[in-house]
Amino acid sequence: MNFDLRFPIGILFTAYGALLAGYGALTNGSDIYKKSLGDNINLQWGAVLLVFGLLMLTFAIKGRGKNK
Amino acid sequence: MNSDAIHLGLLDYSILGIYILVVIGIGFVLKRHMKTAEDFFLSGRSIPVWVTGLAFLSANLGAQEVIGMAASGAKYGIMTSHFYWVGAIPAMIFLAVFMMPFYYGSKARSVPEYLKLRFDEKTRGLNAISFALMTVASSGASLHALAALMHLLLKWDYNVSLIASSIVVLAYVLKGGLSSAIYTEVLQFFLIVLGFSPLVIIGLNDLGGWSGMMSKIPETFTHSWKYMGTANNPMGVDWFAMVFGLGFVLSFGYWCTDFLVVQRAMAAKNMGDARRTPIIGAVPKMLFPAIVILPGMIALALVGTAGSGYSIPNGITGETDYNLVIPSLIAHYLPTGMIGLALTALMASFMSGMAGNVTAFNTVWTYDIYQSYIAPGKSDSHYMWMGKFATVAGIVISIGFAYVAKNVNNIMDFLQLVFGFVNAPVFATFLLGMFWKRATGHGAFIGLLTGTLAAVIFHGISSPQPLAPGETLPWIKGAWLGCHISFTSSMAQNFWLAIVAWSVCFVVTIVVSLVTARTKSDEELKGLVFSLTPTQREENEPVWLRPALLGSLVLFAALILNIIFW
Repeated sequence: MNFDLRFPIGILFTAYGALLAGYGALTNGSDIYKKSLGDNINLQWGAVLLVFGLLMLTFAIKGRGKNK
Repeated sequence: MNSDAIHLGLLDYSILGIYILVVIGIGFVLKRHMKTAEDFFLSGRSIPVWVTGLAFLSANLGAQEVIGMAASGAKYGIMTSHFYWVGAIPAMIFLAVFMMPFYYGSKARSVPEYLKLRFDEKTRGLNAISFALMTVASSGASLHALAALMHLLLKWDYNVSLIASSIVVLAYVLKGGLSSAIYTEVLQFFLIVLGFSPLVIIGLNDLGGWSGMMSKIPETFTHSWKYMGTANNPMGVDWFAMVFGLGFVLSFGYWCTDFLVVQRAMAAKNMGDARRTPIIGAVPKMLFPAIVILPGMIALALVGTAGSGYSIPNGITGETDYNLVIPSLIAHYLPTGMIGLALTALMASFMSGMAGNVTAFNTVWTYDIYQSYIAPGKSDSHYMWMGKFATVAGIVISIGFAYVAKNVNNIMDFLQLVFGFVNAPVFATFLLGMFWKRATGHGAFIGLLTGTLAAVIFHGISSPQPLAPGETLPWIKGAWLGCHISFTSSMAQNFWLAIVAWSVCFVVTIVVSLVTARTKSDEELKGLVFSLTPTQREENEPVWLRPALLGSLVLFAALILNIIFW
């Protein structure tokens, strides 16, 4: 089957990462991070998701056409 | 947190919305590939092994797993890891090394169909019907848990949550069949890992790391084996009942014969990949306690920390509801944004748990019940149509079961009970079927029936706690034929029920087989029974890819984990 799951995984987590990190950057220093012990968890974890998503997309693009 | 609603922001809703769009999108993309019934039910045996491996694991990551294991983490501590390192890994490896060759090699399209090839029509029918009922019941339990949780946390209407999530599952399963379900399960796997690990990281930081957490929970919660000598531990189970009941009977009955998980391995490209599927799934499975049990222990430690401001919330009944451990930690630690991610992960696990059950149901219904007994010899497109119809019907019946589950407090205990009745005897049948060529169809059928009957009777005469004279229990807990045997916990009762059902099925199958004639010749049993099947040829595979070697490595790693956390 010519369907590479790494594409949707990559798209999903790139979108999540961008949204969370972006929101985190905008709300840096806000009181909402008191709950997470003062860490801007949106920015930090958003960055992790972004890297994961982009890696998946990279692998998917590199692997395109190989899996016929 | 109090159990009042979590407030979701626009960002949180967007995260949930994006997930729903992506899974439905996958369904629509896959629709192009759904040309034959085999594509719809078996994914055309074409899915890459890392995907089947993760789906194999995630098919089991439903309500029972995520919510239930965190609850158990808070109730029993590290002992909960027995559900993984004893109650899952060995069975997964056994399936990969010994049983998969018969499932995949026989070209059976389902587990019940294997029973037909190996034994006879009636054994298959019994298994198919009980399995079909079990899948829709589990799917209904998933659905109920989701809707109840959304109602409690977000104040969403119960009925609306129930119907809306059913429609999402219906949309993608109807379009993409088993492939949709498998791909969504893998998405959900990553969501769970990436959505819940921040919770564990922040929680451990808050408590002063691992040792800080351990110092705040009772000593009996900090070891997996140390207090298993007698049943005088948080679980109320001794090592024998745990190893035999959970580690052997329930675990092998589930991982080695439940079509829901075996179906994922059957979707692999070739025999080697089919056998590696459970092994690949076993690796993250081994590490999952870190994400699902640890939150429970963190919650317990927080409750014991003065000034943490945290308590495990009360459920609808007004008593402490351990199933709320994960949601309450989400509310305690995560800001808007991350809340959306974690809640989406939770909802994804419920929905894909349901999708997994529905895809197993539509296959067994169509191939093993409809094609076998109701309308044999129809065209391929007719069966594909029936598969789609069964998908809709399966979901409608699940909704019915959800309302049944609404009246049962502990879903985990309820599912364990059902697995005890249905699955416990089944593994004896497969063990004898695969490794003893003398086992006959009559033996298997009567063995299964008496095994299940023994389970039901055992449930009727046993009680999860000692009862005073004249005291009665709700029937779901047992002792409806009077209390003749009592245990120290419902878990101990369940494990012993499984042991009894399995043993009765095992003995009865042997006895009846010996007094009945074989109906299948050695030639017919080739590829279905161990002693009549040529050894797997693995010479064309590199040594490091061979299932026996990989499986041994995983087992060794599980052993090390048991020793570390003994």
